[in-house]
Amino acid sequence: MSTWRIARLVAVKDLRIEAHSRVLINQVLPFAGVTMVIFAFALDADSVLERVAPGLVWLATMFSLLVLVQRSFAVETDDGALDAMRVAGLDPKAIYLGKAAALSVELLILEVVLLLTAVILYRQTIPLDGVVLLVLTLLTATCGLAAVGTLYGGLASGFKGRETLLPLLTLPAVAPVLIGATRAVESALGTAGAVVSDGWPWVGLLAVFAVAFGVGGSLAFGPLIDE
Amino acid sequence: MDLEPSNSDIEDHKPVVALHDAVAVLGQFPALAGASLTVRRGEIVLLRGPNGAGKTTLLRLCAGLLPLVRGTGQILGLDLTTQRESVRRNVGLLGHQNGLYFDLTVGENVRFWGATVGATEAEIATAMERLGVADRLVDLPVRQLSAGQKRRTALACLVVRRAQLWLLDEPHAGLDASARDELDATLREAAGSGATIIVASHELERAGALSTRAVDVVAGQIYGEQS
Repeated sequence: MSTWRIARLVAVKDLRIEAHSRVLINQVLPFAGVTMVIFAFALDADSVLERVAPGLVWLATMFSLLVLVQRSFAVETDDGALDAMRVAGLDPKAIYLGKAAALSVELLILEVVLLLTAVILYRQTIPLDGVVLLVLTLLTATCGLAAVGTLYGGLASGFKGRETLLPLLTLPAVAPVLIGATRAVESALGTAGAVVSDGWPWVGLLAVFAVAFGVGGSLAFGPLIDE
Repeated sequence: MDLEPSNSDIEDHKPVVALHDAVAVLGQFPALAGASLTVRRGEIVLLRGPNGAGKTTLLRLCAGLLPLVRGTGQILGLDLTTQRESVRRNVGLLGHQNGLYFDLTVGENVRFWGATVGATEAEIATAMERLGVADRLVDLPVRQLSAGQKRRTALACLVVRRAQLWLLDEPHAGLDASARDELDATLREAAGSGATIIVASHELERAGALSTRAVDVVAGQIYGEQS
């Protein structure tokens, strides 16, 4: 069976698990929302909040990514399902791509909710000429985050201290996404006088990052989980 | 559908397992030190031995999960040195865990594994019926099942993905008396239909009654056979 078909099966399976367990809706979204509110308390001045809102959206996304990745691999290790997939000879590239695709869908939902929260809490506006840049930023950043999260989630899933190991591995690796996505969203929203054209190079960086980690991750995932 | 694998590509007269002087290493430790074993189609072979004797290592070697360091080995006519991925696709290994997704229903779990090999809906339904997990169990989340029901669901997954050689590590662990009886009946039926089964167990009386042959695994070597 082809890699893409297995990847689709794995992605559908992960999304079905989410549909049954509702961890994204009942736990991750509230966690991200609380994080945004706490940022608002900590940075009380409106001018500061408006200035840093794009960065706060992506910081909340990063923290929520860790919860989503932990959950994504907990369902695989609770009863040895990841091992069972490897024993069954399923292509590790397909497992990686499928899990990354499901994680991307969940992250996109999360990011849209966080952006809407920023509009309400941090008084952000989304200008019409920035919509395309904003959408492409969300897509490329999401792919990059999912690629990194799935790779390190798979690696950490084999270790006893996985809960602490995952943030240690993931957060430094996604720093370029945090920087690039924040700058690009600032340009899309016109934060502090930024213009849309400033954002495109950052989207390019995000795309390169996503492709590099996507390709590297799909090649490295098999040996990592086999170890 | 029979419990017998439908895509059997091994001729009846050839052994399903043919190991000669096999050596497998766990870390630096030679967990299997020159083991030789021949198993023919339809046999249920019991591996006896103390903890750490190499029973699980032998099963993992036969599943293509460990490299063959020395000696020769063929599983279902496939070379253990050069065709490990193919071996994995045709072998089912059921260890201490069942490899199930707790948040999915019984039906969704079996369908997922069936879909990985392109099983038809009729094949999936028949497998669940034969293993006694159809009807009232099919729509129950796996986390609500008893240990015995989980074991039977895991065996349904092996059947539906057409595993030709079943490798079972302590299959009776955690099951009550009636679940053990049900499991034994299932395994006898599968072997009667042509599946080949290797069982590693400490419960010598029960597993001995189930098996057609027993071999002793001691210090990584296989000593003698007993019909």
